[in-house]
Amino acid sequence: MPLPNRSTNYATSAAQSGHLRPATSPSSSRQGGRYTSLTQILDCPSSSATFECAVIFQAEILNRKFPLRGILATFLLLLTLLTATAATQTHRATLSEAILSDDATKQIELVNQLIEAGGDAFVVQALGAWRQGGVFLHETNETRTPFLLDAQTDGEGRAKGIRVADGAPLTDSSGKPLLFAATDLTAADTSSKLRKAIKTVLDLFAIANPDPKMRRDAVVKLGQDQNQEYLQHFEVRLKTETNVDVLKGLYEAMELTRIASDDASVRLAAIQKLSDLRSISSLNFLQELEKNARADTGKYGEETLKAAHSAVIQIQDYMKLGNLFGTAFRGLSLAAVLLVAALGLAITFGLMGVINMAHGEIIMVGAYMAYVTQNFFKSWFGASGIGFDSYFIAALVVSFFVASGVGLILERGVIRFLYKRPLESLLATWGVSLLLQQLFRHIFGAANVQVSSPSWLSGSLVVSDVLFAYNRIFVIGFAVLIVFGTYLLLTRTSLGLQIRAVMQNRAMASCVGVRTDRVNMLTFAFGSGLAGMAGACLSQIGNVGPSLGQNYIVDCFMIVVLGGVGNLVGTVSASIGVGVTDQILQPWLGAVMGKITVLAAIILFLQWRPAGLFVTRSRSLEG
Amino acid sequence: MTPLLPKRELILVSIAAFIGLVVLPCLNAFTPANSALHVSSFTLSVYGKYLCYAVLALGVNLLWGYTGLLSLGQCLFFTLGGYALGMHLMLLIGKLGQYHADIPDFMVFLEFPKRFPETGGLPPHWIPFKSFWFAAAAVVWVPGVVAFVFGWLAFRSRIKGVYFSILSQALTYAATLMFFRNDFTFGGNNGLTDFKFILGHDVNQAGTKRTLYIASGVLLLLVYLLCRWLTSTKFGLIQRAIRDSENRVLFSGYATADFKLFVFVLSAVIAGLGGALYVPQVGIINPSEMAPDKSLEAVVWCAVGGRGNLLGPILGAVSINALKSYATHAFAEQWPYILGGLFVIVTVFMPKGLIGIPEQLRELKRRFGPKHEDKLAPRPVAPTTDV
Repeated sequence: MPLPNRSTNYATSAAQSGHLRPATSPSSSRQGGRYTSLTQILDCPSSSATFECAVIFQAEILNRKFPLRGILATFLLLLTLLTATAATQTHRATLSEAILSDDATKQIELVNQLIEAGGDAFVVQALGAWRQGGVFLHETNETRTPFLLDAQTDGEGRAKGIRVADGAPLTDSSGKPLLFAATDLTAADTSSKLRKAIKTVLDLFAIANPDPKMRRDAVVKLGQDQNQEYLQHFEVRLKTETNVDVLKGLYEAMELTRIASDDASVRLAAIQKLSDLRSISSLNFLQELEKNARADTGKYGEETLKAAHSAVIQIQDYMKLGNLFGTAFRGLSLAAVLLVAALGLAITFGLMGVINMAHGEIIMVGAYMAYVTQNFFKSWFGASGIGFDSYFIAALVVSFFVASGVGLILERGVIRFLYKRPLESLLATWGVSLLLQQLFRHIFGAANVQVSSPSWLSGSLVVSDVLFAYNRIFVIGFAVLIVFGTYLLLTRTSLGLQIRAVMQNRAMASCVGVRTDRVNMLTFAFGSGLAGMAGACLSQIGNVGPSLGQNYIVDCFMIVVLGGVGNLVGTVSASIGVGVTDQILQPWLGAVMGKITVLAAIILFLQWRPAGLFVTRSRSLEG
Repeated sequence: MTPLLPKRELILVSIAAFIGLVVLPCLNAFTPANSALHVSSFTLSVYGKYLCYAVLALGVNLLWGYTGLLSLGQCLFFTLGGYALGMHLMLLIGKLGQYHADIPDFMVFLEFPKRFPETGGLPPHWIPFKSFWFAAAAVVWVPGVVAFVFGWLAFRSRIKGVYFSILSQALTYAATLMFFRNDFTFGGNNGLTDFKFILGHDVNQAGTKRTLYIASGVLLLLVYLLCRWLTSTKFGLIQRAIRDSENRVLFSGYATADFKLFVFVLSAVIAGLGGALYVPQVGIINPSEMAPDKSLEAVVWCAVGGRGNLLGPILGAVSINALKSYATHAFAEQWPYILGGLFVIVTVFMPKGLIGIPEQLRELKRRFGPKHEDKLAPRPVAPTTDV
């Protein structure tokens, strides 16, 4: 019976996803911590979303015209739905029962049972309200009903009463909702013990949070409280937890809690475990423990001191290693940023010998084009989703072409008059840079604009506690790609051949029929286009504002000069050298002093090799 | 022996000097405040500022116009001179500052007394600046030494042309970053300000302002004469030869690096002197004054006025700054367009600047005059620089 079988699998998996999905929605809204109306919460507990899923699913099934399978699936789904709803109702009923109970011990017991109810925002809300005296009792003859007040009040400060037991509004006999004013009501009693129990439960709710990231954060935070009572709850969670990150957090939290244990053997084992786990987050606690143990050997014992000491050293060594990789990565990523920014200049300055002080502004043009593209995509596809995420690819293309257009105009309008007067081309292009800056300030305002990263570029990859941000990884990859592309263009195309010919000997190239004017134009446009792409790339890393270009221009020139003018290999090695050196120096000297030191080092380095790292050999006197 | 100044230039300079150094101060001192002829002390200070800028422009010109070295770090030297005198003026404020402390205000709120407890908060290198003469000497030697070290390193390894420009810009950039730091003991981004006295006189008094203005005028005149003398000597000839073809001079047996180094240091000292007189008249000096774009602005004054000519830079500095003062009041938004446009137009179409316009017109007339043989478009003629 292959057919029904498959269908059942499908149904089950859909039902499971139905289970998972609703859990996210209330929890994410719970993070906001506030509800304008309780009825809003009641709209989104697990059951309703499950139901939504079920309906969609069922519709899908029916569309496929397999009635038998459809009915079967619908049946299964309804079953799941009912169970989910039932669980929710039980939690609410338990809470209601706890509030009504007169026996303090039983109250605490019932509250502790609610730990499983973390997914139900209403229960969380009601518990919190109870602790703070926001739960009231509605007494009619014989029955007492706990309720809380809706946040929406009418003109006289009265609000609907919401029953804790099922989340429905209290009604009078005719079915009209009853209205209460907070000032007229007396809150349900709570003892301090009970309040404490409620707080623990509320804290622990977080470790059952459906979002793994929130769960992990909660676990880490609870671990740092070193509260021995949490241990049992951690253990319960450990059995059901499947997410690797959260599991790691749980282990750490448990061991961290155990090092505060009074039992020496538990403590020692925990210290050893933390040391094995290389737990950076518990380093402070271990150091504290070591200090305490040193101060009071009698209480902690010699062994604890030793173990703590070696654990601290172990973790610190691990951190040093991590830092080394971190620095190397940051250095490489800075190198890639510099390279991306300087490559265009390496073409225009290095190959053509044009001092383009507006290079920074062309980078800025690229960055703003990324911003503009982003806005277009936002208005077409909304602020998220795959449509929006792909804007960056389009932005790279747009930036390239717009920037090369600007470069083309610049070359035709200004620079071609100044090929023989390099110093003056420096001044004229600086004038152009002022014009462009002011133009963009006029169009987009003087403040930085917001370029949001597509989702595939935000966040970071964590490998053994070292963060590798995706946008940095992207820049490194992008740098490799465009250097390779430029290399191919220069060595494998006829334009590249012509470019090299013109750069080596303009007059001779012209004699053999190369249209030097056109080559100049295209080369400059290409270099500017690269700068534009660099801008789009940098918009993912730093601020985008009218002065963006100014931040890169000095660095770019230094990179090209240091690498040796007219030499791509030089530019690559210079940016790696500068990037890595800068990142190595930064922790010692701070960002500014590090930068100053690098600049000074470059000036001194040019004493030793005036023509830069890689010298293009030439017989010409003026080089 | 040929006279230092040709007759026409002598007359022109004398008239300018008379108006600038005698007439304007007299109008300030002896006419009633409501009279139409009256020149207010504020205006005089503004003119004094222009004169200081003109001194800076003369330094740039000596370097760029006559030697072909485009330094993008002249404002660093200008500012260093300013800081040297500014430090002295800061120490003269005494207890009149906001905090009524013996040390300048910024040292109080940056908690220098904790950093330098043995001197009561004053960093040790500030102590000699209590003496005016030490400060006055520092105005000369600090920019001089910095220029010497940098120039020696650069010229020794034959860094020239645009590479020199880029390196000098990097130097300025690094120095600006350094001065922006609070713990560099020079006031961070606030710089030095709130001066009260100079040589026992209140800086805000009309008489002091007048004297400072006259001092700026005299300095400008002296620097002008110095440049005029220097460029008319054999030294000046070699200078121009280096500009036009350094290699030929080198092969003729001249140590061009030494010549360039001397001119570089001299122009740094000139810039430093200008900066020193600039500070008490403007009342503030901060690191943004030394930022690379300020140096580029100074180069533009020179280019607009006309380089390779001594009157051009003065004309350029005064006219552009007057325009700037007007424009930043009247239409602040458009000022960068004007400045940027000037850069482009002057460098592309007016390589000799304002001073060169008559010559360019004559050239045009010659080409398009009676004979119409030459159909080529008019091309600006530039001195061929060897870079």
